[in-house]
Amino acid sequence: MKPFLNQWLQQRGRSLVLGIPWFWLLLFFAVPFLILLRISVTDMGEGLDPFAPLVQTNDGEVTLHLKFSNYVSLLLDADAGWGQTLYVESYVLSVKYAFWTTVLCLFFGYPFAYFLARSAPHLRPLLLLLVMLPFWTSFLLRVYAWKGLLADQGVINNILMSLGLTQEPIQMLYTDVSMLVGMTYVYLPFMVLPLYANLVKMDNRLLEASQDLGATPWQTFWLITVPLSRSGIVAGSILVFIPCLGEFVIPSLLGGAENLMIGRVVWDEMFSSNNWPRASALSVFMIVGVVLPLAWYNQYVARKVEQERLG
Amino acid sequence: MNGLGWRRHFGTGWLLGVFAFFYLPLFFLVVFSFNSTRQDSVFTGFSLRWYQALLNDTRLVEGFMLSLNVAFLSATLATILATMAAFVLIRFGRFKGRTLFNAMLSSPLVMPEVIIGLSLLLLFVGVERMIGWPERGTLTIVLGHALLGMAYASVVVQSRLKEMDRSIEEAAIDLGCRPFQVFFLITLPNISQALIAAWLLTFTLSFDDVVISEFLSGPGVTTLPQVIFSYARRGVNPSVYAAATLLMLVVTLAVVAYGVYTARQMRQGQPQRSA
Repeated sequence: MKPFLNQWLQQRGRSLVLGIPWFWLLLFFAVPFLILLRISVTDMGEGLDPFAPLVQTNDGEVTLHLKFSNYVSLLLDADAGWGQTLYVESYVLSVKYAFWTTVLCLFFGYPFAYFLARSAPHLRPLLLLLVMLPFWTSFLLRVYAWKGLLADQGVINNILMSLGLTQEPIQMLYTDVSMLVGMTYVYLPFMVLPLYANLVKMDNRLLEASQDLGATPWQTFWLITVPLSRSGIVAGSILVFIPCLGEFVIPSLLGGAENLMIGRVVWDEMFSSNNWPRASALSVFMIVGVVLPLAWYNQYVARKVEQERLG
Repeated sequence: MNGLGWRRHFGTGWLLGVFAFFYLPLFFLVVFSFNSTRQDSVFTGFSLRWYQALLNDTRLVEGFMLSLNVAFLSATLATILATMAAFVLIRFGRFKGRTLFNAMLSSPLVMPEVIIGLSLLLLFVGVERMIGWPERGTLTIVLGHALLGMAYASVVVQSRLKEMDRSIEEAAIDLGCRPFQVFFLITLPNISQALIAAWLLTFTLSFDDVVISEFLSGPGVTTLPQVIFSYARRGVNPSVYAAATLLMLVVTLAVVAYGVYTARQMRQGQPQRSA
């Protein structure tokens, strides 16, 4: 038995090692995506059926039901016109939040990564560990904590009022403030780490040369450091922007009724309205919205690699 | 010289400020887990009542046990699959459909979790209608987490496989090892640290995930993050703060233990392999 098994493994080994992950990815990634596409082009079903069949056989006559109405209804409102739907609105809102979160992360994260990279070498591992440590404790709990911190009767408002800075509590929870604080908080490490990795590798001789040639520290920073760290900036921004776009938990906990992001809308369509076809169409729409910026980024990286090979 | 001093203070200040921002919520959770009343804005006195409440909260305790199970199973499954996938990508050279394979493998890294959850839900519902199985519950959550974890784990394993010295493998082949023996006797021990890192990473991902679980769990099956999520939407619950404090304690202890362990290894002069 054993030699036989060995022989079989030897002959089939390669296809086995190749086949198992292939099978897994096809079954749990490709097939679900195709189902998503398929449901997105049908109507809602009748009765208990969540979606209508794609192909119907009626007395030997085969009819194909292919409807793009779900996609149209995402973009077109019967009364208000093109682009005036809840879906477009929440998508635009998601892009806005993702954009401002990226800007905030860059603003706080860049100097942070810069000073981290310039700190004493023996301190760096500890400081990096301190950046990662909150990352290992539940993301959900950290977001939950902000709820208590930002509430009207929360810690921050209490401190502000006891300092006499404000008489009335400032409403921060369930507004843009809580949304941006929460998202910046969660995604800041994603910006810091690639920036740090980039800045710590920077050739100090270039900075010295710039100084020797009479540049002020400020000029050196803007003319040498920042352009050299461009790939870190792009990587960090992508790592922040993309997950922000589809964020679900933060708007659910820290956002109000107006802070409806696209991830929440998919959820509501699926479980509140039970409109599976529309939820699917919205997901396809979202995938396109994520894939396009990424394709651009991949091209950017490829060009960069090409440049480095040539230069 | 004065300008340099100013810059250094500014740098230290910025670092401290951002660190304070990082740790403020953690500090908040710890402090208010010991509060004697339900409110979370004023510290009214020290008490352990929320820890007691936590132990009596069957939903939280059961959720915790389920999350441990799910995270253990999905991390194991994800690491095995990711190792195979990484091996295929790094060692098999060109094969048919490599681009598609790679794209499918790494897509979950950038795909919004809502979409992963939704599309898997549609698959499981469809299969269940056809063959009456699987019901939504622990199994479906494990599969969903494994799909997400595999993408992350394969990044870790791939980078280790890439930098591994291939000449030892070649030597083993020259000495008459069969490919499977080479893998289990040479390759696997060499990448073991990366596998541990990948397993831990996928474990934490699964233990922390709420979105995929929300889509794929069935009635009566709620992971710890799901329980916390439902409490969080309802309002203040200091038992959750207590749970958070305990979790942080475990993580901190684990990190410190790991730090001590590596420090001791370095002192003993053993070569350090990076994961």
